[in-house]
Amino acid sequence: MPRIKDIKKVLVIGSGPIIIGQAAEFDYAGTQACRSLKEEGVEVVLLNSNPATIMTDKDIADRVYIEPLTVEVVEQLIIKENPDSVLPTLGGQAALNLAMELEENGFLKEHNVRLIGTTSETIKKAEDRLEFKTTMEKIGEPCAASLVVESVEDGIQFAESIGYPVVLRPAYTLGGSGGGIANNRGQLIEILENGLRLSRVGQVLVERCIAGWKEIEYEVMRDSNGNCITVCNMENIDPVGVHTGDSIVVAPSQTLGDKEYQMLRSSALNIISELNITGGCNVQYALHPETFEYCVIEVNPRVSRSSALASKATGYPIAKVAAKIALGYTLDEIKNAVTKKTYASFEPMLDYCVVKIPRLPFDKFISAKRTLTTQMKATGEVMSICDNFEGALMKAIRSLEQHVDSLMSYDYSYLTGEELLEVLKVVDDRRIWKIAEAIRQGISYDEIHRVTKIDKWFIDKIACLVEMELKMKRSALDEETLREAKRMEFPDSVIAKITGHTEREIHDMRHQYGITASYKMVDTCAAEFAAETPYYYSVFGSENEVEQTHDRKKVLVLGSGPIRIGQGIEFDFCSVHCTWAFAKEGYETIIVNNNPETVSTDFDIADKLYFEPLTPEDVEGIVDLEKPDGAVVQFGGQTAIKLTEALMKMGVPILGTSAENVDAAEDRELFDAILEKCGIPRPTGGTVYTAEEAKKVANRLGYPVLVRPSYVLGGQGMQIAINDHDIDEFIGIINRIAQDHPILVDKYLQGKEIEVDAVCDGEDILIPGIMEHIERAGIHSGDSISVYPAQSISEKTKRTIEDYTKKLAQSLHVIGLINIQFIVCGEDVYVIEVNPRSSRTVPYISKVTGIPIVPLASKVIIGSKIKELGYTPGLQPEADYFAVKMPVFSFEKIRDADISLGPEMKSTGECLGIAKTFDEALYKAFLGAGIKLPKHKNMIITVRDEDKPEAVEIGRRFSDIGYKIFATEGTANALKEAGVRAIAVNKIEQVSPNLMDLILGHKIDLVIDTPPQGAERAKDGFVIRRSAIETGVNVLTAIDTAEALITSLENTDIKKLTLIDIAKI
Amino acid sequence: MKAFLILEDGTVFQGKSIGSEREMISEIVFNTSMTGYLEVLTDPSYAGQAVVMTYPLIGNYGITPDMESKRAWPDGFIVRELSRMPSNFRCEGTIQEFLKKQDVPGIEGVDTRALTKILREKGTMNGMITTNENYDLNEIIPKLKEYVVGDVVSKVTCSEKSVLPGDGPKVALMDFGAKNNIAKSLNSRGCEVTIYPAYTTAEEIIASNPDGIMLSNGPGDPETNTSIIKEVKKLSESGIPIFAICLGHQLMALAYGARTYKLKYGHRGGNHPVKDLETNRVYISSQNHGYAVDSKTVDKSIAEEAFINVNDGTNEGMKYAGKDIFTVQFHPEACPGPQDSGYLFDRFMKMMEERKEKKNA
Repeated sequence: MPRIKDIKKVLVIGSGPIIIGQAAEFDYAGTQACRSLKEEGVEVVLLNSNPATIMTDKDIADRVYIEPLTVEVVEQLIIKENPDSVLPTLGGQAALNLAMELEENGFLKEHNVRLIGTTSETIKKAEDRLEFKTTMEKIGEPCAASLVVESVEDGIQFAESIGYPVVLRPAYTLGGSGGGIANNRGQLIEILENGLRLSRVGQVLVERCIAGWKEIEYEVMRDSNGNCITVCNMENIDPVGVHTGDSIVVAPSQTLGDKEYQMLRSSALNIISELNITGGCNVQYALHPETFEYCVIEVNPRVSRSSALASKATGYPIAKVAAKIALGYTLDEIKNAVTKKTYASFEPMLDYCVVKIPRLPFDKFISAKRTLTTQMKATGEVMSICDNFEGALMKAIRSLEQHVDSLMSYDYSYLTGEELLEVLKVVDDRRIWKIAEAIRQGISYDEIHRVTKIDKWFIDKIACLVEMELKMKRSALDEETLREAKRMEFPDSVIAKITGHTEREIHDMRHQYGITASYKMVDTCAAEFAAETPYYYSVFGSENEVEQTHDRKKVLVLGSGPIRIGQGIEFDFCSVHCTWAFAKEGYETIIVNNNPETVSTDFDIADKLYFEPLTPEDVEGIVDLEKPDGAVVQFGGQTAIKLTEALMKMGVPILGTSAENVDAAEDRELFDAILEKCGIPRPTGGTVYTAEEAKKVANRLGYPVLVRPSYVLGGQGMQIAINDHDIDEFIGIINRIAQDHPILVDKYLQGKEIEVDAVCDGEDILIPGIMEHIERAGIHSGDSISVYPAQSISEKTKRTIEDYTKKLAQSLHVIGLINIQFIVCGEDVYVIEVNPRSSRTVPYISKVTGIPIVPLASKVIIGSKIKELGYTPGLQPEADYFAVKMPVFSFEKIRDADISLGPEMKSTGECLGIAKTFDEALYKAFLGAGIKLPKHKNMIITVRDEDKPEAVEIGRRFSDIGYKIFATEGTANALKEAGVRAIAVNKIEQVSPNLMDLILGHKIDLVIDTPPQGAERAKDGFVIRRSAIETGVNVLTAIDTAEALITSLENTDIKKLTLIDIAKI
Repeated sequence: MKAFLILEDGTVFQGKSIGSEREMISEIVFNTSMTGYLEVLTDPSYAGQAVVMTYPLIGNYGITPDMESKRAWPDGFIVRELSRMPSNFRCEGTIQEFLKKQDVPGIEGVDTRALTKILREKGTMNGMITTNENYDLNEIIPKLKEYVVGDVVSKVTCSEKSVLPGDGPKVALMDFGAKNNIAKSLNSRGCEVTIYPAYTTAEEIIASNPDGIMLSNGPGDPETNTSIIKEVKKLSESGIPIFAICLGHQLMALAYGARTYKLKYGHRGGNHPVKDLETNRVYISSQNHGYAVDSKTVDKSIAEEAFINVNDGTNEGMKYAGKDIFTVQFHPEACPGPQDSGYLFDRFMKMMEERKEKKNA
């Protein structure tokens, strides 16, 4: 069927801020789909509140609205832009839910707008628990015994009729929010109450527990003619019970025979046909490990994290094809963009093995439970490709950038066999390391399988790796063993450690024997057809098939690896724009990255894509083959920066700011010398290695002090210490991981925090704008509300900032991007941090100023001057509107994580509010972040002493707009003394009724809780904050955020938002 | 033990010997299925050929009760890596033992992707698996060039007829090397299936008065089956509904004067899209054929193209004018591979029923 001609203008809805369970994969899918639509001449209107995305670029869509994802906004946008269709299947659950509401309230029909890519009936059948079950029953597809309940009582009754354990799954939530397994009535009540509240429709599915079964997924495509194919199947190494987003996943399935494989494949096709899906769909199964019995767990009638993974694992561009199907094309009319010979109605065949490992945030949330459940916790993931499973697993492990490089990275050798079996019962992110130790200790496969339910095939593969470790440990390393170890992807560094050689010796030995990496192509068809898209992975012991290219200058762009807190999608935005900019300048571009969720690893972004770990050895293999003319490291976050030294040793010129200058910004002494020379003040401080040294420095400076390791991202390990005890604790935490670099101790200044990103060509600088943080210094810049243009600093201060930026950029010989953070106290400006690279704020400031700083920086790196690029150097004129970047958190997903904000970053994403007035921009930003107030107009205030004066004023303002304030005794007294009505409540350690009862009573909208600084910060009020978050109550832990919120709430006259097309900025 | 795979063009791959250690010469073909190695190994259509599996991890679930015939047929088996420890609830043994027991020589540790690319670029060619380290290419290559698959139907067909009882229509299945699941697919739909040796005369079949005739898949160059083609022609004129798969499809076309030709490297795998030209629906099919019917040589008044391959446009099925005969190149019986075109057996059932009704009326 040819394209439907009257689809001319399509509204594409994105997924909003990055949160756990809804992340970069939707930027990848959305970007691919928008490009696919534009290819067909469709005018694309894009709505997404997330400014860090590539899809919100004017290159990707024709009209771009970075506005809150609410029904009101979509309605207003439809009226303004008058699209003929809405495509909601690319923006995750967020977009699907919006589309459902618009369909249900009749708006789409009224405005003659059609839903494409899906229908409301399809969404309902797939998403509504009851309808889904009925539909499955109708076509004979088995589901686990289950019942949708709307009350706790019904839940108990049903659970007790089918017997515990039961699984609980709330309807219409993402990433399985609020779900879990209940083993008894107590647990059931706890999880069910929470789930009912989180579900958009107040429904929770209670179902037979099938934990321990194999978890298998199929990615399926279908067109309007009823043609369907499966793109890929995937097997979770972790059996049912762990969310697939938190499981180690392998593609294709490894332990299924053709009978099982085809049985589930046929089932998936049945389901997609019955649901009448046109586009992509994901079906999850539980397969009994010892029979052919299976259950359908879930269907996602849209692109998903799994579909992004399947696309990268096979080379089949699911989102692109889904967009074409939405326009009316059938699968046999859509060319396979990889082979350019076959069609989209063809099932990819893999001739390699893919392993995905989730990137979990437990390094950020050290108090959090590491246990994995049906509630997803991962912020990102890595993928690796190899021609054997062991190799793929090893590559994925070292791609994680979590100080792990093999199955020896966590030491469990101190545990006895019995203890090991005990810890194996705990399902957490370190389970494969425990299994490896169990194998080392001679525990049988059967025993390990009995406890973990992990298929013995995978256990055996882990054993293969362990055997290789032992072999290398026990005998001298010969050629054959080395060859075999490399085939399994043991990195040189690990082989060196095991065999007692140096890494260099292993490297040389390899080259002497000719053991080097070769590269194979991902071509969708197992080499059956010649493919044209150069998408490669490395293997040892095979023929190389990368075509040598010499005609153009080559640039290597190093990506940023898995999405984690502190290094998010922003760096992918930068890498992609850098790649495009170099391509425009005539370079051949080569991307190296390992993140399957991102745009940068899409097959047609760079001229060549290497899906590889970002370690020196892995990159060296590529460098040896490609011999690039230079490498760009400044756009890939710390991941890429960390490779600088290694690249230089390989003889690859670093394009842009040189490595010495990157070092100078991190090296305390060098940096202090530069600051002194430039006459720029910074908070006084010193470098230390031990707690004793730190205490000496701290006492010299006077508390509070800021303690942090150097060369980290997202302020990892950064803390404010108020006494010697804190220092001991913090240094202890930092030194749990061996530090290559000293720890910094600085005087903590509480002033306004200001941030700039600038392009420098060696002489001139270009500052698109100055950003000001709403929260005072002490809260990580990534967790602060950031305002452009800066609101409360004087013109003189702005000039000082411009001057300092220029001096610093020049002194550090920056070629490309630089990010600087300042503290402003009065008119005094202090530098607190300099990063001679791209930063988190780059996409945001690019979009709100309309100055494409990544392409500009790339051109500068190639040799252009700012003056030649059409810009007057210096600070650019301020825009005539306001833009507020609001951090977004995923605290409810991480049990026992402390939510109080501090110098260590905790947010997972961000959204934008942009408007003609500051108040409206702020209002939009809060709206976009999902803070919807009020419901009950009840709030709790409990603040530390130094915040009380400000808290009183904020309390007064909340009281004035009708809030009833509950407060702990001290805060209540302060409020009352100032004449603000407040009700004193007991602290949680006091007798009931106390704060906890209030929170659990579901009557509270907001908690303002500012914990004291120092090590006690995390502990004080921890339970209140956790309970509030887990019951869905908004919690603010900084007094400045609270003030911003009340300012926003006072502006209730903002009814009709003004929508701004940022493509026109 | 070391083993070598030597191709007609002089390429040598070194690996490890698996299965039988004897030397073998055969035609080397590749299969892209990711599961179903046992079904491949026991598919009689592979007689006279050695199979390369493009998926690198083979044997993961061991040997299960999923054999498509009584024994292994390929002359050789070429893989990247054999699983040392299979895992599956139905696993009855390892593929290593199976190959040994079936006396199939094989080689492991071959860069199967590089090998596949050679076969794709240069076309299917002959090769040898040997464990002799002192091989002499000058001696071997002429021998390789001489090898022809030859008449293999006679090797794979059953020697005596047998019956699968059923209450429904009576189907005569011509065994040119039939996979078990063809008979099973009919039998599970209620048919009484009588399996006949390939060289049974048309007269004998027709005399048994079946409600339908099924022509099976099978190995080799279809044109070499001259005597069978004659019998097929007679069967087709009997008025009895006929459904033919793969070799059966080719033989029917040959019986009506069409030509078959050898594809450069064949279609072997479980992912080939075929389009039903009547409905424009596309189905993913299981395939295993090195020859195809040249649709240009088919007289349109005799038969019309019913299916084509979406990838390369080659013929995938015919519908014979004025006759209850339809034939497909692909494998609706799957095993291994997708079951999407299983509906064709239902179509055959319907055809037999309608024919019966007509007769009774």
